[in-house]
Amino acid sequence: MITLKDLRATVETEEGKKEILKGINLQINAGEVHAIMGPNGSGKSTLASVLTGREGYEVTGGSVEFEGNDLLELEPEERAQHGIFLAFQYPVEIPGVSNTNFLKTAINEIRKSKGMEPMSSVEFLKMMKEKAKLVGLDPSMTSRYVNVGFSGGEKKRNEIFQLAMLNPKFSILDETDSGLDIDALKAVAEGVIKLKTNDNAFLVITHYQRLLNFIVPDFVHVMFDGRIVKSGGKELALHLEENGYDWITDMKETAEA
Amino acid sequence: MAKETDILESVTSSEYKYGFSTDLEMETAPKGLNEDIIKLISHKKGEPEFMLEWRLKAYKKWLDMTEPKWPNVTYPRIDFNDIIYYAAPKQKKKLGSLDELDPAIKNTYDRLGIPLEEQLILAGVAVDAVLDSVSVATTYKTKLAELGIIFCSMSEAVKDHTELVKKYLGSVVPQTDNFYAALNSAVFTDGSFVYIPKGVRCPMELSTYFRINAENTGQFERTLVIADEGSYVSYLEGCTAPMRDENQLHAAVVELIAMKDAEIKYSTVQNWYPGDHEGKGGIYNFVTKRGICSGDNSKISWTQVETGSSITWKYPSVILKGDYSVGEFYSVALTNNRQQADTGTKMIHLGKNTKSRIVSKGISAGKSNNSYRGLVQVNKRAENARNFSQCDSLLMGDKCGAHTFPYFEINNKSAHVEHEATTSKIGEDIMFYCNQRGISEEDAVALIVNGYAKEVLNQLPMEFAVEAQKLLAISLEGSVG
Ligand SMILES: Nc1ncnc2c1ncn2[C@@H]1O[C@H](COP(=O)(O)OP(=O)(O)OP(=O)(O)O)[C@@H](O)[C@H]1O
Ligand SMILES: [Mg+2]
Repeated sequence: MITLKDLRATVETEEGKKEILKGINLQINAGEVHAIMGPNGSGKSTLASVLTGREGYEVTGGSVEFEGNDLLELEPEERAQHGIFLAFQYPVEIPGVSNTNFLKTAINEIRKSKGMEPMSSVEFLKMMKEKAKLVGLDPSMTSRYVNVGFSGGEKKRNEIFQLAMLNPKFSILDETDSGLDIDALKAVAEGVIKLKTNDNAFLVITHYQRLLNFIVPDFVHVMFDGRIVKSGGKELALHLEENGYDWITDMKETAEA
Repeated sequence: MAKETDILESVTSSEYKYGFSTDLEMETAPKGLNEDIIKLISHKKGEPEFMLEWRLKAYKKWLDMTEPKWPNVTYPRIDFNDIIYYAAPKQKKKLGSLDELDPAIKNTYDRLGIPLEEQLILAGVAVDAVLDSVSVATTYKTKLAELGIIFCSMSEAVKDHTELVKKYLGSVVPQTDNFYAALNSAVFTDGSFVYIPKGVRCPMELSTYFRINAENTGQFERTLVIADEGSYVSYLEGCTAPMRDENQLHAAVVELIAMKDAEIKYSTVQNWYPGDHEGKGGIYNFVTKRGICSGDNSKISWTQVETGSSITWKYPSVILKGDYSVGEFYSVALTNNRQQADTGTKMIHLGKNTKSRIVSKGISAGKSNNSYRGLVQVNKRAENARNFSQCDSLLMGDKCGAHTFPYFEINNKSAHVEHEATTSKIGEDIMFYCNQRGISEEDAVALIVNGYAKEVLNQLPMEFAVEAQKLLAISLEGSVG
């Protein structure tokens, strides 16, 4: 589905360009769930930003192929229209625009890019109802302005609701579990499991094992200082939960010495 | 980055759609202002003597007045002797019907999308069109006349409905009200006149399109709407002008009179040429609009969508004189590039149990400056006055400015006044969020702005609301990035 080869990227800071991603290699196939863990500031969100085409990040090397397309050539909205979705670590508030109107516009823009007619209102409303139920979102929230006045947990749940509505091929969940209470975490995770098929894929960024207890990953990667320094199966996450990241620092220091 | 060049591209390419000019054979007065010019205007229009005297009186007062300096706008000094005060397309003879209209004029209006043909009865809109200084066509006059409704150009009204004009002209906006009102009183060349008789509900939208075409001319139109007891009228004006490098002055006066139980709804979609993105050229829109709810239970509602002009200075106001009268002001004022707007309203509560409502939505983008200035005044004898004001500002990017100057003068303890204000900013983060959901920059701006302005746009007649929505989106193209 998506293949990253030696991906390097810098960010524009006040002191000039700073390299954050220092050569990422990753291959994710349809039907797979990958998890990325790693200490604060190691570059996880930056990776999500670069894959979704956020301004301010410059790709300085490597390539990303998504379903046969050169992803880096596409505008952010084109990437979304091709089926890339990011559940944001910090969802923004959009005053004056209802969730309903926002999603209707998004769905119809995506359909338009595929040469499809806009979705009928009846069909849209039916889908809203279904998906709200699927992720356990209070239906009254759909008429409120996008994320305005939502609690931290409600914002995260709303991200997954949008994911369910847009039905993307490749979804990145950036710390969707942080800020969710235990019941909400379970509801959101169960929603994601229901959305998982053999044709889509997920990249789950998290610090905690608890989300991965529900959404069991096929692969776990450890990101450290802009590189994936270790990959393994689901047991790697358990190991990290118990031992933290010190052993990686140690391992690196030993390797560099 | 590809992205940034695209945005730049779209800024530079989103040309002002109405920027063409028409080559017409024009009859113009020499530049400058003096008594002879005023006499010439009055003579050209074949006005009765009283009108000339009225003009000359205003002119003398104007000579002693100074330009207002308090609006939050800056511009170079205007040379009032460098302006042409009268320009009219040469018509061979008086028009008997629309078919006789100069095809070039008709073509101008066709390009503006303004329906002049009688087939437009279908759309239910009666149109008066003012090109530069004179009114060139009024549709549906006969149909309206059957109901006793007068809808004609101000020039005709001066001649054919002299008594009404004598009685009401200057009754709401006195000649000396302010510098530009005085100037307008001296040199106004045309505009629309509406009279709705007692108990008549005007069956269609009345509308005027103002168009500045000639170079170096100022446009000074004068509009007077009188709604007699128990009548109703909805009136809409639209404005466009060609793109020109020099600034052009537009100083209009609009007066509304709503008698007992009458209602006037006055809507404006103002899209004068705003100047280029460096701020070169554009219209100075210095306008005085005021209505009086003279009778009990009367209502005046102003709705304005202001997207054009390099400088806008206008405060459509309502004097709530009748008991239980209602005044409303709904406004979307959008500024982009180097535009400046200082706009708002005055609600003057005189009668008992009077109510006013102010909904102002400012949108600033580019390097523009957008100010709301509003006064709510409750007089001593205005028992139980109510006011609600909502003033919102939306900033697109971080190089623009938004300001609110609300003033309250409350002289009666029973008054109930509420004021709410919000400021939101649409930055790169919101844009990216929309993009990430598959929504392009352009569609995101339209989505956000239309959501934000909905309460005001809903006040417009349906077909104009759709136009206004598009206009807002076009005016903001490429403004966030
Ligand atoms: N726009 C930016 N300007 C300046 N520095 C940035 C920017 N974006 C990211 N960085 C820096 O890049 C590094 C990686 O940040 P990133 O947000 O990707 O980390 P993360 O792995 O997601 O961390 P966390 O677990 O805390 O979410 C950090 O040092 C951060 O300060
Ligand atoms: Mg992060």
